[in-house]
Amino acid sequence: MLQSVSDFLVITKRQLLQMIRIPEVLIFATIQPAMFVLLFRYVFGGAIDSGVDGGYVQLLMPGIFVQTVAFTLAATAVGLAADMQKGLIDRFRSLPISRSAVVIGRTVGDTLQNVVTLVVMGLVGFLVGWRPSSGPVKIFLGFLFLLAFGYSMSWIGVLIGLSVREERVAQNLVFMTVFPLTFLSNAFAPTTGMPKILQYFAEWNPVSTMVAACRELFGTQNVFGATANSWPSQNPILMSLIYMFLLVAVFAPISVRKYVRVSK
Amino acid sequence: MKSIVAQELVKSYGKGEVKALDGLSLEVEEGTVLGLLGPNGSGKTTTVRVLATLLTPDSGSATVAGIDVLKHPDEVRKVIGLSGQYAALDETLTGWDNLNMFGRLYHLNSAAAKKRAEELLERFSLTEAARRPIRTYSGGMRRRLDLAASLITKPKVLFLDEPTTGLDPRGRMEMWGVIDELVKGGVTLLLTTQYLEEADHLADSIAVIDTGKVIARGTADELKNQVGGERLEITVEASQIAEATRLVEQATGAKPTVDAGIRKISAPVNNGSASLIQVLRLLDDSKIHPLDIGLKRPSLDDVFISLTGHVAEVVVETEGGKNATKRK
Ligand SMILES: Nc1ncnc2c1ncn2[C@@H]1O[C@H](COP(=O)(O)OP(=O)(O)O)[C@@H](O)[C@H]1O
Ligand SMILES: [Mg+2]
Repeated sequence: MLQSVSDFLVITKRQLLQMIRIPEVLIFATIQPAMFVLLFRYVFGGAIDSGVDGGYVQLLMPGIFVQTVAFTLAATAVGLAADMQKGLIDRFRSLPISRSAVVIGRTVGDTLQNVVTLVVMGLVGFLVGWRPSSGPVKIFLGFLFLLAFGYSMSWIGVLIGLSVREERVAQNLVFMTVFPLTFLSNAFAPTTGMPKILQYFAEWNPVSTMVAACRELFGTQNVFGATANSWPSQNPILMSLIYMFLLVAVFAPISVRKYVRVSK
Repeated sequence: MKSIVAQELVKSYGKGEVKALDGLSLEVEEGTVLGLLGPNGSGKTTTVRVLATLLTPDSGSATVAGIDVLKHPDEVRKVIGLSGQYAALDETLTGWDNLNMFGRLYHLNSAAAKKRAEELLERFSLTEAARRPIRTYSGGMRRRLDLAASLITKPKVLFLDEPTTGLDPRGRMEMWGVIDELVKGGVTLLLTTQYLEEADHLADSIAVIDTGKVIARGTADELKNQVGGERLEITVEASQIAEATRLVEQATGAKPTVDAGIRKISAPVNNGSASLIQVLRLLDDSKIHPLDIGLKRPSLDDVFISLTGHVAEVVVETEGGKNATKRK
């Protein structure tokens, strides 16, 4: 048991080392969401009438946070596909280490990268007027929530990365699915403008429940949410927790199994 | 004692249409080197992957260091080292980082992992490059580091899959030197190669593999003898072919074959150097000065052609690790 913990920590440490050895990667990973913050804040911010205290940026920040951590799926998938392509996964599989160490190490490593990204985004947000008003404990819980969501998304990424085996394929596949998911939500604009069928989708979309939960935890009224008073929009925190639990409960075992059997 | 035993391994891909292994069996005596020699696509990598616990065969069985590969893969992983066909390293990390990481994954403690990394870097002449990211390494350096990573816990059994494919001649010579050293240390080694002279140089015995089966085995000399013994070959001016052929026949007592196109006369000989001297004497007496003369042992190329009926293929490594196949 102790051994497996130290195994996955070695894999996680490898990822942190990568950040140090090529800081450009982390810098770009951080600049991109920071740019999003600025673009949405100044391009759409003026056009969208938010009707909340402090303006659109209060609604925007939880949206961008959730979008960013949802993309942990991409980081994990692309990272693992690259390892697969280079034969590193094969080498790991030939070592006397626990069968889950590599994938757990990867998901934890990607989550640690999110910590850095979220801190930078939070600071940029603060500079452009984001003022969470719920007090330190809830703000902290909000960030914890985001990290947990990123972590559970990461497990889908494991399965995708091990299945497609090629970095570029993983990249395309993931962007094609995660982008629509984050836009078919309440993250950037009210869902009331969407066709009815998309509204339903948007309401049950885990991205929406996450954004709603974060708005609640950061102390902003979720005026982009609920149109049909559905259960997920009434109980976003609980619903998000259920989603996270389901994601990990379903994808973690499948992914570990996939890892054990995967062959290049 | 047998260190590696594979029995009747079968592995198909897809819906069974590609038989990568088709009843492959082999044995490697402890402390010896087996060269698994075969063309591209003959099943070498698949064999190594099965023996290194990475792939489950459809049927058949195998033991490594006496441990059943299918029943106790975890135990097998503790005693083997594997260096695959392509260097499997973290390109963004330095050589030192990589070895240190693998050391920790082999469950050395922090100090021991560091010490071992330094030792291996030293031994493989990589100390100077140790703090540079792998992506700045040459192909030869990568392969050496990859090999170093597979030696961290001094494995009893080592698998090297095409250790020199894609290396330039200098890189290949360095790699051969490194492998020679290892073998002196007493490791049991299964080495795959498409290079006939490589198997000749490095292996104690050779198993020739084609379409997933071992089609011949023995030492390099035994395999060569299967094809026939030495031949005497001479090349002369076109006008002297007839006369030279007669003299070669007189000296060797065998009917020579003549390739008029390249003006080459050749004949099998039993006592190579004696026949050579005699032919030279006869030619000299007749004032014929050969353009080229020599004894030729059959190469493993000849062995290969006579066994498989086709020429060995050589994989040419191009940028990005994709393979192009060319006829040799
Ligand atoms: N993952 C795979 N899927 C389908 N076919 C494969 C796969 N791996 C290998 N093969 C096929 O199996 C045969 C043997 O391959 P391999 O063991 O890699 O040969 P070698 O290493 O001798 O070049 C080849 O015909 C190859 O195309
Ligand atoms: Mg191969």
